[in-house]
Parts: sequence; C-alpha cells; structure tokens
Amino acid sequence: MPSPRLNEPVSPRRAHVVALKDVVRTYGSGPNAFEALRGVDLVIDDGEFIAIMGPSGSGKSTMMNILGCLDVPTSGAYVFRDVHVETLDRNRRALLRRHFLGFIFQGFNLLARTSALENVELPLLYRGEPSDQRRSAARAALDAVGLAAWESHTAAELSGGQQQRVAIARAIVTRPSLLLADEPTGNLDSERSREIMDLLTALNRDQGISIVMVTHAPEMAAYARRVVHLSDGRITQITGSAS
Amino acid sequence: MLANTVLLALRAIRRNLVRTVLTVLGVVIGVAAVVTMVTLGNGATRSVSQQVASLGSNLLMVMPGQRLGPGRSSAGAPSFKVADVAAIEAQIGSLKAVAPSTSTGVTLVHQAKNWATSVTGTSQPYFTIGNWKLAAGRIFNTAEEAAGKAVCVIGETVRRELFEHEDPVGEKLRVKQFSCTVIGLLQSKGQSAMGSDQDNVVVMPLRTVQRRLTGNQDVGVLLVSLRDGASSDKVQDQLVQLMRDRRRIAANEEDNFSVLDTRQIAQALSGTTRVMTMLLGAVAAVSLLVGGIGIMNIMLVSVTERTREIGLRLAIGALEHEVLLQFLVEAVVLSSLGGLAGLAIALVASIGLAHLIQVPWMFDARINALAFFFAAVIGVLFGSFPARRAARLDPIEALRHE
Repeated sequence: MPSPRLNEPVSPRRAHVVALKDVVRTYGSGPNAFEALRGVDLVIDDGEFIAIMGPSGSGKSTMMNILGCLDVPTSGAYVFRDVHVETLDRNRRALLRRHFLGFIFQGFNLLARTSALENVELPLLYRGEPSDQRRSAARAALDAVGLAAWESHTAAELSGGQQQRVAIARAIVTRPSLLLADEPTGNLDSERSREIMDLLTALNRDQGISIVMVTHAPEMAAYARRVVHLSDGRITQITGSAS
Repeated sequence: MLANTVLLALRAIRRNLVRTVLTVLGVVIGVAAVVTMVTLGNGATRSVSQQVASLGSNLLMVMPGQRLGPGRSSAGAPSFKVADVAAIEAQIGSLKAVAPSTSTGVTLVHQAKNWATSVTGTSQPYFTIGNWKLAAGRIFNTAEEAAGKAVCVIGETVRRELFEHEDPVGEKLRVKQFSCTVIGLLQSKGQSAMGSDQDNVVVMPLRTVQRRLTGNQDVGVLLVSLRDGASSDKVQDQLVQLMRDRRRIAANEEDNFSVLDTRQIAQALSGTTRVMTMLLGAVAAVSLLVGGIGIMNIMLVSVTERTREIGLRLAIGALEHEVLLQFLVEAVVLSSLGGLAGLAIALVASIGLAHLIQVPWMFDARINALAFFFAAVIGVLFGSFPARRAARLDPIEALRHE
C-alpha cells in the first residue's frame, strides 16, 4: 500500500499549493523527440484562480496533466504542498489526486445511466467513506451547484449546463485544495458558460478552492485573477496578480 | 473497501441490463445444461435400478453353459431337469422359492388374430419370484401342473393384441397344434431395463410346455429367489457346488453352467447409465466453458466501451487494483447471477423433462453447488484478462478516448 502520509490532511499553510520548477516534458526520444514543455516555472498560491491560455500545441494540456498528477515532468520538479510529485509512482499519484485534487472536463465525463447523486458520490466511494456521510456530502455538493432537486436524474435527462454542474459538484465533493478545469465551458453556449464561470468564481471566493483553468476564450480567462500565456512550451506572459 | 468495490460493480452492472443479460446468457445455458443433464441422468439410473428390482431382487439365475454374450459356449452343456429344482430346494437353505423355466417362441391364434410371442413353462413359485401379480383370474394349481393341463396365464400385451375389449379369462387360445384355456391375466409391468416388453408373455405349467411344445424333459433356466438378508455369495457358492456334484463335473473341469445374480446385472446397468450421465454432463460442461469465453468477450468490449469511464475513475483517484477488483467483481457477480438463473432454469427444465421421458426427478444438491461454483470460477478466470486491461489504462489516454 502507498504511504499512509498521503491519507492524512496536510497541515494548512498559507504558502503555495503547487510549484513548477523548470519543468520539461518530452515525448518520444532521439530525433523524433518533441518537447511539449520547455522549462516552465510557476508558483500557485492557496486560493488563486488562474487561467492558462495559449494556441493549440502550446503545451496547455501537458501542463494540466502534470498539475493534475496524471503525468510527470521529464525533468524539473513539481512540488505539491511539500511532496515532490515527480518521485511518486502511479498509485501514490492516484492517492494524491483522490485526496487533494478535483477535475472538471470539457466533455463532463459523467457516468451514463447513473443518477446525479451517484455520480457525485463516486470520488467518496474511492475514499471509502461510510454511506451516510457519502450521501450527505454529495447532497451538499449538489446543493452548492444549485441542483439539489435533480439528484435522481441521469446525465441523459440533464442539459449540458446541468451536466457540467454535476461534474463540478463531483469535483468539489472531496473539498480539494486544487480544482483543475480543462476547457469547462468548451461544450456550452455563452449563457451556460457564464453560469458555470460564475459558479467557479463563487467556489473560489467563498470556499477558498484554488482553481487552474485551461481555456482559449479570453472572455472566460477574464474571470481568473491571473492569466498564464503559453506558447511553444514556454510561459510568455503572466497578467494579473496573485493577491 | 471491498464493500465499496462491490457497490461500484453492482452499479455498473445495473447501468446496462441488456448487456448484462447478453453477457451471462452463455453461462446461464451452460449451467442449466449441466444441471439438467446430470439430474435426468441420475433419474435414468434410478429408473433402471428400480426396473431391475421389479424383476425380483435377490434373484439368481442358473443357466447351462458359460458366460453370456458373444462366444458363449452353451453348445455342449447339458440342460437342467425338474429333479434339479427339488435338489436345490432340499439342499440349500435361506431360499424363498425355486422355479424351473423353459421358454420357446410360438404364434398364438385367437379367432382371426395372431400374435408371435414366447411361452414360458414353469411352476407356481415363478409368480412369486418374478413379483407378478394377477389382474384377473388365477394361476394354475398343482393338479394342473402335474397333469400338464392346457391352461395359460397371459400378460397385458398379449391380452391387448388378441382380445382387445373382450375379457380373456375363460377364452381359448390356439398354440401350435393345441388349444389352451386362459385362466389368468397378469398385471402390467411395463418395459424392462433393457427395453423389452415384460408384458409380452404367456405362462403355462412346465409339463405342458415340455410335452406339447419342446417335446423333451429339459429345463432352460433355474430361477432361485433368496430370502431377504440372505448372502447372495454364499448361496451362489452352494449352488455351484451342488450343480457340479449333480452334473458330475470333475475337480479339474470347468463349470458347464453359470449362476447370474440380477443384482449384479442391475449394478452393471446402472453403471452404464452413470457413465452416460457423466458423458452428457461433460458435453454440457463444454457449453459452460464457452459461456465463460462469452463473458470474456463482452467484458473486453465493455472495457473498450467504458474507456473514458475508466479514465475518469483513475483521474479521480482510483488505484490500479481498485479498478481491477471492480471489473473482476463485475465478472464474478455477472457469472454468479448467470449461474443462479441457470439453476432456476435447470430446476424447471429437469422437472418437465423428467416427467416427459418418465424418469424419476432426482434433485442433486452436489451438482447444483458444483455448477454454480464453476460458473463463479469462470467469472474470475475470464474476467481477469479484461480487468487487468482496464486497470493498466493510462488515464490521460483513456480520458481522450472517443
């Protein structure tokens, strides 16, 4: 079994959540090698709302995968709290995700033919929480995204905006320290998009959840307090300020 | 942990009922086939033993010559005589009854109808030994036996073929050159274990058959019925010794007669049906195996179909072994459900079929348990490959899967 240390909440410090130090990610090897990230440095503080922007192929997804502990840097360091993620194996990174990270995807990725409530419960099942706590936490999360009345509906019975809200409820039900949103409004119309962005902003403001969001729509990036611009695997510009 | 994994698996199964049914269909059919075949086979075995028992249990048959079947060497062996019956009765204890029996084929004629059958010449104890009961009339008496009167007792088949709706008792039958009076009708016994019709019989006093049909004093077979609890082996030994003495067989010569125990025949026959049962069960077991391969196929399809779902599970923190366990539990739960459904179908099918082919329905808890256990094992066996495949997926690739 992986280290029990990861199962315990890390002492809350007002320091940074994560730090990328000279992160390089190379795919392939030899002459065909492709550098998706070429030395990225970034520190994200607790309670931040950051948008990552950049054209296709600029390394946004790679950076998200590394921030989400789904991938590790080829060189450089990724420090989550005080854990060096690049030294962890697959299962320890899974535990890190389970306890500290939340994910929102462009395609929602809800389980088909499964009620909203059971979708939201899913991460708690993996955390092994008892069923009554699981249920009440999932209800609270659905309530927080304004879908308390829809808990028994399946994905097919919900609109796109509602599905994304369920996905957000699923991401925040574990009270993560960092919420990673990959094009969360990419499949939604502008009104639904605004609703989702308002919800994310409120979660960031009221619950202090740090958010990193990938987008290529400037009007969505405008909701974030800092915008990181990526191009060809390097950070070219950071606008806004951390505090 | 395990409880949650089982819950995850159950939720996944519930999400797609059609797929669930298709997945387990093979196992359902396999389990149903195995259990039905074995249950019917057991019934057939029991039925054979029952029929042999109805022949008269604890029955020894003494026949001239050695061995049954091909290469039987009865040619030079002398027949028995009526005196042998008296000698056996006088010299061997723990016997219930002894009867001579001589059979010969004849054609019976009654009015315009005729019927080919065999006539058995014997004595009164024959009816006790063979567990025969009368449906009407009487059996022949000692005076008729001694005089060799032309009287006969007929079986149900003979009655049906020659008399139809008439009452046969008191009617006349023509047998070869003479005419004999039907004095009794036997109760039906149905088919024998070997499939012959036991009701196709005509029984006459031995002397009548000897004088009017065979024309000699020979007795074909001696029927010896043992008392309950008597040792068959001991009586067999005594019989062999007695007959050797009476037939003056020197110590260095082989027997020119043989003693058969019907119980041994019964054992041989039920042994044969048991082998048949095992073969049928084995064939059905192959279909169960094919059912397992079906589970693997659909599970593999399901892993591909659910790639994004697996990616999501991995992304939100499912460990490799948790995904593995979930898919494994899904497979085992599926195959166990299939096993249960198969058992239910087998229950209904075996009761129905047992009724149809007229064998007793014999519930065998062991084969039910075994088939169910085997179905579950098949789930583990054929579920583990797809499960391992699911667990090893890369979450990034899996989430990108369309």
